Amino acid sequence: MSSRKPSNSRQQADEVTSSVATTAVTEQEASDLLTAEELHAEHEQRKEDQKGRIEATDRELLLHLLYQMVLIRRFEEKAAEAYSLGKIGGFCHLYIGQEAVAVGAISAIRPDDYVITSYRDHGHALAKGMSAEEIMAELYGKAGGCSAGKGGSMHLFDASVNFLGGHAIVGGQIPLATGIAFATKYRNEDKVTLCFFGEAAVNQGSFNESLNMAQLWKLPCVYICENNQYGMGTSLARAMSLQDIARKACAYGMASEFVDGMDVLAVREATLRAVERARTESLPTLLEVRTYRYMGHSMSDPGNYRTRAEIERYQQRDPIKLLSASMREKGLLDDETMKQIEQRVHEEIERAVRFAEESPLPAPEELYTDVYANPIKS
Amino acid sequence: MPLITMREALNQALREEMRRDESVFLMGEEVGAYEGAYKVSRGLLAEFGPKRVIDTPISELGFAGLGVGAAMVGLRPVIEFMTFNFSILATDQIINSAAKMLYMSGGQFKIPIVFRGPNGSAYQVSSQHSQALESWYAHFPGLKVVMPSTPADAKGLLKSAIRDDDPVIFMEQERMYGMKGEVPEDEDFIIPLGVADIKREGTDVTIVARSLMVPVALRAAEELEKEGISCEVIDPRTIRPLDIETIVNSVKKTNRVVIAEESHPFCGVGAEISAEIIERAFDYLDAPPRRVSGADAPMPYAKNLEALAIPDVQRIVAAVREVTYTA
Ligand SMILES: Cc1ncc(C[n+]2csc(CCOP(=O)(O)OP(=O)(O)O)c2C)c(N)n1
Ligand SMILES: Cc1ncc(C[n+]2csc(CCOP(=O)(O)OP(=O)(O)O)c2C)c(N)n1
Ligand SMILES: [Mg+2]
Ligand SMILES: [Mg+2]
Repeated sequence: MSSRKPSNSRQQADEVTSSVATTAVTEQEASDLLTAEELHAEHEQRKEDQKGRIEATDRELLLHLLYQMVLIRRFEEKAAEAYSLGKIGGFCHLYIGQEAVAVGAISAIRPDDYVITSYRDHGHALAKGMSAEEIMAELYGKAGGCSAGKGGSMHLFDASVNFLGGHAIVGGQIPLATGIAFATKYRNEDKVTLCFFGEAAVNQGSFNESLNMAQLWKLPCVYICENNQYGMGTSLARAMSLQDIARKACAYGMASEFVDGMDVLAVREATLRAVERARTESLPTLLEVRTYRYMGHSMSDPGNYRTRAEIERYQQRDPIKLLSASMREKGLLDDETMKQIEQRVHEEIERAVRFAEESPLPAPEELYTDVYANPIKS
Repeated sequence: MPLITMREALNQALREEMRRDESVFLMGEEVGAYEGAYKVSRGLLAEFGPKRVIDTPISELGFAGLGVGAAMVGLRPVIEFMTFNFSILATDQIINSAAKMLYMSGGQFKIPIVFRGPNGSAYQVSSQHSQALESWYAHFPGLKVVMPSTPADAKGLLKSAIRDDDPVIFMEQERMYGMKGEVPEDEDFIIPLGVADIKREGTDVTIVARSLMVPVALRAAEELEKEGISCEVIDPRTIRPLDIETIVNSVKKTNRVVIAEESHPFCGVGAEISAEIIERAFDYLDAPPRRVSGADAPMPYAKNLEALAIPDVQRIVAAVREVTYTA
């Protein structure tokens, strides 16, 4: 059932399956075998592919997608800066490089649909319409944060936009998403649940148990595996016996697609198909979205398990660069518009930082609130 | 009042709450067509249909987490573990998701869910199927832990647990499903969580017991009465939050305490109760608190060894004699 396979895909994966016991260096070499010329040719090809999709897409929507991707990129850069200044603590997992996944997928759903994801959640939260102010304040551990300063970077929540978290146990959100979809079906609502997770979560039992139940009970859930090819420092090839993740859906008789996660429109279109299947037929789908993270696993990861060159090769495939280039070639974007987007994003992020700086710390008595919804004095 | 079994009392509670609230559903292994491994859900599939009485694959982590997700958006799941031994596979979703969701979302997502099933020793099923896990769950803020010891308590407490907006670990006992007791038929009969019950009044020694140990402690109290020792038997019923006031008040009266439990002693609920008593009523104690716990060994299969592993009347009697210096 897997369909299109862009060239940053799996022919390489097959070539590295024997590298399990080899050193990190050989693996870095093996993880992306394209030369500079091949990369250039690939970029040209992808623009051509994307331009086809652009024609079918409204310009306002294209600008919106571009805006959101830029917003996430700049938000994350700001978060990195604030982290290095000591204003943000703990684990902070950035989404730079993966923006097209959250933005493309979430553009395919309605505001009343549900989104749930892992700890790498800033991008999804922004794309679902959460305020940058409240997210930044949460990263700062402030009372004005979306989770009142109790969750932090990994636990963003906003009931008002049906953003159901930020979950920090790898694979933990997959059963939760299955339950959310179960509940919407139970109540005969036509809402859809999008569940995002990394490729390392596919190795968890929660993935197997959830996908089995979702197909068995025909639950309207779209499982979106963001395959950025690393779980912390462990490459896919070192952790997964069958790396063709989309194909694993056949173990459940579930529909699936392999998607180029650097093309925001490809992600959107695949998600639209899956959402349609969920909404009208109440059936789940597994999407494997191939992407890449440019930064370390978290802010504390120097990334010694891969080369600078590998990262740069992926940056050639940057989702923002790709969309803006294809839009320019189609005459849908000029310098002025791009400048305006950057300016608006800049202002939104400055507001977010100001809000976070000015927001008070949580009051000490908040330590013991929200432990129980119905507290019982003992 | 009708005399019914623990199993029937639990069944009534489930039936009444499912009639009362459409958002309550029952999910677990063999709860539907098989009517429950211990027949607690007898007749429920017939009355409520497969939408609300759902047989699951053997996927404890998955269906526990599914329940938590459904609770996040407003349903009130009752998740049955065939036994709590298998809840061990679901602890990530119980402890990391259910217990913490309200807190880490800054109060936005409450989790009104009940995880229930038999806990503690069964008959000759050896180590993996015979263990009391309450101290695990009671450790975590965000969870409530309930352990009824009579059919009436089981019914009233399960109804409260289902209506409660927090995750409740509701621990039944495999050996007690057939135990009979008087149970009110009134649909509004509930017993609030967090309130201990004095199962027998007395003046000389307090015995704190829960679940299977309550009937054992009551028999011990009868034996001791013949010797002129008056025991007060307190059943906390809810382990978290613990009604320590009632226990401490009793100890202040009797000045002696024995804590009986099926579970292993180390880091157990009995240890916690003992510590609380020492902190709150040290000056009232005429003897050190004494625990009578399950063996500090996995549960054996052989009948004679199994009997040695679980506290019985004689061991509780002996402990009472120790704290009353009548041994
Ligand atoms: C159950 C569990 N094991 C280990 C960890 C530590 N950990 C956090 S993220 C991570 C890697 C996950 O990789 P992936 O699922 O691919 O997501 P990505 O970080 O690439 O977005 C690990 C091992 C954890 N949080 N939970
Ligand atoms: C994790 C867990 N959940 C539930 C049970 C209770 N249980 C024991 S056997 C069984 C059915 C297993 O069926 P299958 O794997 O097909 O093996 P079979 O008994 O048919 O040989 C169940 C539900 C258990 N032992 N372990
Ligand atoms: Mg990954
Ligand atoms: Mg079989």
